[in-house]
Amino acid sequence: MAVPTIEHDVVSVVHAAIEKHGRNRDAMIPVLSEINRVFGYVPGEAIREVRKQLHDPARQVHIAESQLYALTSFYDMLSTKPRGRHVIKFCENAPCHVVGGKAVWDGLREMLSLNNGETTPDNKWTLVTTSCLGLCSVGPVLLIDDDMYGNVTPEQVSEILKRYE
Amino acid sequence: MPAIKSLEELKRVREEALQKKKMKAAPGNIQVVVAMGTCGIAAGARDTMKSVLNYIETNNLSGVTVTQTGCIGKCEQEPIVQIIFGDQPKVTYGKVNTDVAQQIMKQHVQNGTPVKDYVLPS
Amino acid sequence: MAFYRSHVLVCVDPECLAKGAHEVLDALQDEFVAQGLLDEIQVLETSRIGGCSDGPEMMVYPEGVHYHGMTADDIPFLVEEHFLKGRIVERFREVVKPVVDEELGPLRPKEVRVVLRNCGEIDPNNIEDYLATDGYQALGKALFEMTPEKVIEEVTNSGLRGRGGAGFPAGRKWGLTRQVNDSPKYMVCNADEGDPGAFMNRRVLEGDPHSVIEGMIIGAYAIGASYGYIYCRAEYPVAVETLNIAIKQAHEFGFLGNNILGTDFNFDLEVRVGAGAFVCGEETALMASIMGKRGEPSPRPPFPSVKGVWGKPTNNNNVETYSNIPQIISNGAAWYSSMGTERSKGTKTFAVGGNVVKPGLIEVPMGITLREIIFEVAGGIKDGKKYKAVQTGGPMGGCLTEQHLDLPLDYEALTQAGSMMGSGGLVVMDETSCMVDIARFFMDFTQAESCGKCTPCRVGTRRILELLQKICDGKGVDGDIERLENLCYEVARNSLCGLGQGAPNPVLSTLKHFRHEYEAHIYEKRCPAKVCRPLIRFEIQAPTCTGCTVCARNCPVEAISGERRQAHHIDADTCIRCGICMQVCNFNAIAVES
Repeated sequence: MAVPTIEHDVVSVVHAAIEKHGRNRDAMIPVLSEINRVFGYVPGEAIREVRKQLHDPARQVHIAESQLYALTSFYDMLSTKPRGRHVIKFCENAPCHVVGGKAVWDGLREMLSLNNGETTPDNKWTLVTTSCLGLCSVGPVLLIDDDMYGNVTPEQVSEILKRYE
Repeated sequence: MPAIKSLEELKRVREEALQKKKMKAAPGNIQVVVAMGTCGIAAGARDTMKSVLNYIETNNLSGVTVTQTGCIGKCEQEPIVQIIFGDQPKVTYGKVNTDVAQQIMKQHVQNGTPVKDYVLPS
Repeated sequence: MAFYRSHVLVCVDPECLAKGAHEVLDALQDEFVAQGLLDEIQVLETSRIGGCSDGPEMMVYPEGVHYHGMTADDIPFLVEEHFLKGRIVERFREVVKPVVDEELGPLRPKEVRVVLRNCGEIDPNNIEDYLATDGYQALGKALFEMTPEKVIEEVTNSGLRGRGGAGFPAGRKWGLTRQVNDSPKYMVCNADEGDPGAFMNRRVLEGDPHSVIEGMIIGAYAIGASYGYIYCRAEYPVAVETLNIAIKQAHEFGFLGNNILGTDFNFDLEVRVGAGAFVCGEETALMASIMGKRGEPSPRPPFPSVKGVWGKPTNNNNVETYSNIPQIISNGAAWYSSMGTERSKGTKTFAVGGNVVKPGLIEVPMGITLREIIFEVAGGIKDGKKYKAVQTGGPMGGCLTEQHLDLPLDYEALTQAGSMMGSGGLVVMDETSCMVDIARFFMDFTQAESCGKCTPCRVGTRRILELLQKICDGKGVDGDIERLENLCYEVARNSLCGLGQGAPNPVLSTLKHFRHEYEAHIYEKRCPAKVCRPLIRFEIQAPTCTGCTVCARNCPVEAISGERRQAHHIDADTCIRCGICMQVCNFNAIAVES
């Protein structure tokens, strides 16, 4: 996923997101999700830009940055902090846990020297746990960007990571 | 397709759909169904699908339709592929990686002999 | 158009031709002419009937008889026997033997597929597949042959209870929403299946999306709703895509939009994608999220039936509840209520996960026992280990033990046993699971998902988690168990929504059934299941150790010492309990002790 430079694209990305999802209050979560998809997180500049493009007292539309920030900080899939080029999401819920998930998680942490929520110094990897992905019968499960891996063993981890630039 | 505007039309549309379904199961036709629920995808079903399509293209097979379906319910056996000859009972395969897919296409689809090692009971 | 009483298809693939297919074709034509049957029987060339290795191959319809291996000389006899005397010629008949893998045995004998009937059988992205299995016929019946009140009556009489977990009678909820004098009204589908271990809804959404859509449309007709939302969690991207395709196709065929099926009933639907918040599975939080707010629950009353989305009457049901509706309308309430128990009718899907041989999704009639599910349908415990407990109902459910194995699964029985039905997740645990660790595990999840709005949940779950972590770390002290119990009671009693109210359940149920494990952790500094790292030691069994040095060379912290060919030793203080030594030992000389 190529990360566009913040300065050039925030305005057009926000504009496109609003065009796609709408200008009302209930479109905010889809709009923020779209922005998160492009940049890997929701930059402060994007929050300001959303407010700028939507706030319209004449039409009774009042959007505050704090409201947008409240949404971004509440939902797990939206991030207020930059993330690495590749985000590894590991399911650490009970069904994956009891079929060997702990060993895979420990292996990931050791291999990348990361704890939950951290990013490598070279910005390549961010490691996070995720809610249950509903793939419990092929657990342990790993999600890297949009790619799903099931039946993961600790031995397979390094080979899977090698596939990403 | 114009929207259905009466009960009679609804029943007729069902008949048409049933006919299409029967045609897919006509003798001479082979259906290859790949389970593409998320659990299948996590187990590698996308690669399996590609392998099947690749085989058909490379060997110029005709009379073979490839479709997908949701999770079949034998998640620990994913990726799953079903082969249906005409209107005969379907044969379900489990743990179909790209190599096994090629084997199934060659041995079963082209030459009519199921690959016993990977067949699941129905 | 000529009407034929029979069709004969002869394979003309190269292999069959090489074995005399053309001669067979000519012989058939000649014989039909001679017997005056040419106007009644059509002969067609085709390809690929069977394996061709036993060719020539021939199929006769309408009987569907597959003949092979006959020659041109056999044809007169075959024609006389089959087409004139109506007798199948067995010696040329191909018999298809089903190939059975004896090891796996018969699959899931107790299953009854209602909700899952189409999953894996149809292409979910093709509405015509759904139509061919009687899809949308129930909608036709409802709109043209039933009043909205009659629809509600049918659903009520079926005994269908909400499948999301609470088990509130669906028909009654629809009735209540219909009665409210306000508009517009909304239908909401809760597809935010967040319980770890549960993926039943995912399977239906990905495999048979139209069953849910049809159910919602019928429900909208019953309560008088004009718009609907399917709130689907973002962790199910395939389901979201499948739903959007299905909605588009439903529009094309006139099942959604204005003047549905030519009536004056209008209803439309959209998918709303979540953004990763388990609490949005709670209905008031879900509706807040639809309205673009933080997913924080609200007190009830007012109930959504009265004041839901946009402050208007809203009917909220789970995916599985809706997908039962078309068949209830088509087959009738009596059919549905003939399955299940006295108060829990119909079937239920369960996701069986954890340490079982055949994890996966099943659909069984209510009233089946845990023993039947775990040991028959799911194949028993993996690797020959011993059954210890099963957690039902998701992270707000309780653990059930050996003594509950013959419990019939229905809403009341599970609640009485200290657990709940929930959405139907079952996590089976064997002897290698530590129940204190499991309680800590679930609390970790619930604590992270707490929305933070009410103090008992926000602070209480955190304190409970800290206590559990302390006990797992071997730092528990006398009085901690009593403190845990008190906290659990306060949190359950005072929390605003089901998340907080149910969060203590795993702790309370493990305390009830496995108190000795908690006591061992606290008073003996021992983990009976040998799971909690600070309380276990890796020990090399001297008699078995060959001194090969593999473990020492692989130890990341150099905790193992010993001479070549002599028993090695692990320094417990340096050891970080990673378990690598045990994995690399080829002689099973390393054991875990506690």
